Amino acid sequence: METIANLALGFSIALSPYTLFLAVVGCFLGTIIGALPGLGPSNGVAILIPLTFTLGLDATSALVLMTSVYYGAMYGGRISSILLNIPGDEPALMTTLDGYPMAKKGQAGEALVLSGVASFFGALFATIGLIILAPLLAKVAYLFGPAEYFALYLLAFCTLGGMASNNQAKAALAACIGLAIAMIGLDNSSGLPRLTGNNLHLMDGVDFLVAIVGLFAITEVFFFIESHGKDSAIGVKLGKVTIPFKMIADSGWTMLRSSVIGFFAGVLPGAGASLGSFMAYMAEKAVNKDQDSFGKGNPRGVAAPEAGNNAAAGGALVPMLTLGVPGSGTTAVLLALLMTLNITPGPTLFADRPEVVWGLIASLLIANFVLLIMNVPMVKIFVYVLQVPAWVLLPGVTMVSFVGIYSLSGSYFDLLLMVAFGALGYFLRKLDVPTVPIILGILLGNQMENALRRGMVLSDGDWTFLFSSPIAIGLWIAAIGGFVAPMFLRNLLKKPQGHTTETDLTD
Amino acid sequence: MASDRIFGLVCLTISLLYIAASFQIRTSFLSDPVGPKSFPIMIGVVAAICSAIILAKPDPDPAWPKAKIFGALAVAVIALIAYSYLLKPLGFLIPTAIVAGILSFQISPKKINAIGAGLGLSIGLYFIFKFALGLSLVGFGKPLLAALSLSI
Repeated sequence: METIANLALGFSIALSPYTLFLAVVGCFLGTIIGALPGLGPSNGVAILIPLTFTLGLDATSALVLMTSVYYGAMYGGRISSILLNIPGDEPALMTTLDGYPMAKKGQAGEALVLSGVASFFGALFATIGLIILAPLLAKVAYLFGPAEYFALYLLAFCTLGGMASNNQAKAALAACIGLAIAMIGLDNSSGLPRLTGNNLHLMDGVDFLVAIVGLFAITEVFFFIESHGKDSAIGVKLGKVTIPFKMIADSGWTMLRSSVIGFFAGVLPGAGASLGSFMAYMAEKAVNKDQDSFGKGNPRGVAAPEAGNNAAAGGALVPMLTLGVPGSGTTAVLLALLMTLNITPGPTLFADRPEVVWGLIASLLIANFVLLIMNVPMVKIFVYVLQVPAWVLLPGVTMVSFVGIYSLSGSYFDLLLMVAFGALGYFLRKLDVPTVPIILGILLGNQMENALRRGMVLSDGDWTFLFSSPIAIGLWIAAIGGFVAPMFLRNLLKKPQGHTTETDLTD
Repeated sequence: MASDRIFGLVCLTISLLYIAASFQIRTSFLSDPVGPKSFPIMIGVVAAICSAIILAKPDPDPAWPKAKIFGALAVAVIALIAYSYLLKPLGFLIPTAIVAGILSFQISPKKINAIGAGLGLSIGLYFIFKFALGLSLVGFGKPLLAALSLSI
């Protein structure tokens, strides 16, 4: 009953004309961002955060706008996967496997509609899952003390890092780079400067938005310069869009299975949407009898990863809202948004700011229906957007990034820092060092240190305090497991990516 | 192989410097058991260990671009650094047109397209930011206008 009352509160906020307008704008922008190769959910949301902040939106409005963009980008990613065989964003990679073959068979319209419906199904399932699971998890989170939080942050680094890279040493190094950067600035308990090199610009520390926009958006520009925008070829033409009712009905169970898998993959800290779509696809392939038709344009191979990826996107919001620990790169960016808005995610958020949480959840439900309308009957509009050439898009993204960061602080130093992060991101990604753990490190570094220091004050310097509760020990074990397990699972996990490169070559 | 060895060595050096710098952090007499030094030192030690592992067990080299592309990347970085410094004194319109044009040219080397992208993005984004979104964006910087009025 409590949930229904809370939802009613949420809808009373989300259904105001202004919030509704923001949700529609967010969905539209998000679908475009997702569809354009080179702009994914994480860098798309990243460049928009400084702008929302400068526009002076209040917390609820800003959150509604940005999560609509986030959901929209998850829908949009499939459009270029299907039409161009280029994933619009990372989680949409699996959709290229069967989506592009379907498009080549002349079923582009069917593939787009089916994947749109699958996205809707997955996202709706995940939003309902969020409504049920988040308050429960928030209650458990009340039991968390400093020792548990320290272990939880460690778990996030371990699983995210373990999944993100082929080399655990590089993933751990990336997390250390982020944490090391977070230490720069005034120490929050003694008030003395740390590691600033007496540079006044660094007294407040490195703004995480500068790092995020640099590492995600500016780095992308450098990659496009390297590839000379070759990837922006026009692929398959889209004919008339009809709704393939039979295909959708046939994929009903597929969508349900994939949504369940995707949602739980998303809830795990560090796993995120890419893993969700991957696991959903592999599970679907294993369950079906006609395994050989996968990769050759099987509609179920389109429905499964899209339902999985959108369910994971919703699932990733659960740990982000209840524990303040993001489950993916994009939710890390959303966490940055919350921190910019002075909202502390965690169990207290549900008690102290119910209007924010439930307004957000209600607008996610509304956003889903808006996105279904935009992505099924109106999908053609977004297909035109794909024709924006890289030589206009990427300079445009850069300029928007500069204006956004400049309008936050008005300091040339932040702009220089952003360019430096962009160049750093280029080299790191070249060397297969994942950049998401860096962001997570910068975001969580100070909180992780505070948890450690508060814990040590409570225990009077006894380090065994960190392992003093069953929850903490469980989190430590999960963290170690999450870091070590991918080393053994790697051979299994990497196969489909090899497969995509093969199809790229043969096409 | 070589790339990772260089990378490992650079990171190892930085980690050691970071640890050294962390030992220099001033502590106040009102300190908790951990203090402001320990956590940065821990990070530095973990980073040093990771760097040493990368140095000892390097991955195969990535496909580095040719020297010409590195040149294009260097041009882009220099343009962006110049943009950072010039945005305030010159205002939004002129630096944006030039830098967006340069970036566009580095992505796709066609002069007319690049000029079009530069001018179009500069004017288009200015109108979007200034009038649709209501940001306080300065079209031409005050120092620029002052310099112009002096010369006239």
